[in-house]
Amino acid sequence: MIITNTETVPGKRLTEHYGLVQGSTIRAKHLGRDLMAGMKNLVGGELKGYTELLQESRDEALRRMVKQAEELGANAVVNVRFSTSSVAAGAAEILCYGTAVRLEEGAESSTPPPLPKHEEY
Amino acid sequence: MLQLYFGLALLLLGLTVGTLLERLHYRSIRKREHAFITLPTTSLKHAPDTEQVVRTELAIGSVVISVDYFKRFAASMKKMFGGEIRSYSSLLDRARRESMLRMKEACADCDLIINVRVETSTISNGGDSSIGSVEVMTYATALWYGNRSQHSHPVDLEE
Repeated sequence: MIITNTETVPGKRLTEHYGLVQGSTIRAKHLGRDLMAGMKNLVGGELKGYTELLQESRDEALRRMVKQAEELGANAVVNVRFSTSSVAAGAAEILCYGTAVRLEEGAESSTPPPLPKHEEY
Repeated sequence: MLQLYFGLALLLLGLTVGTLLERLHYRSIRKREHAFITLPTTSLKHAPDTEQVVRTELAIGSVVISVDYFKRFAASMKKMFGGEIRSYSSLLDRARRESMLRMKEACADCDLIINVRVETSTISNGGDSSIGSVEVMTYATALWYGNRSQHSHPVDLEE
């Protein structure tokens, strides 16, 4: 599974579109971590607990997106975008979305393949 | 009275330890940025088609950094008069550069990074100004060329 945030993949030809796929997750750290972050806040610097939290949720969101793409029969997800927001203090929501496509060996084409027709959904 | 002393102690702690930590962080950032000085990184969507690309991967780096107690105090003072809040610009600068570095470290041996996107948000905006932290995520597409003769990253440039 190739994942990129560009619209095309160099050296590969886009042969089919499967539409939008997405994955999202909301995660929180336990109270102890929040307390540690509060302490760390006095002197500033990296909040490792929250960095970890962010990484875990990002990986989970990506995993869910890839799973969706696999179910559609795609072998790549292009034009991936991340979006973060906070729904509650100490929790991170990450959404990642992209377009599931089928790639084949061949020259990168400038004209995109036809998008799926409306009736096919 | 005791509360005042306590507040002053916290400010002093923030000022000394916070400044020290920031200086150390900047030193580390500069050193690591130097190692990646020859890795071309752009926000362009397409790679130049002069080289044959054999591998494509999503590279991600992220970091959460908080501001120290003294700087938060200084910022709240500054807010009364308006103008640039310098203590927060250094926070954002550090966070962006750190996440960019982590993104590059995640694909350290690639030949080109394209389509760099930077995303910023706050994990905890719990109503009051209890935590002034910023969360930055940088992501991009890393490319590997088929012909690897002229490149080798990262370059270790010890002074």
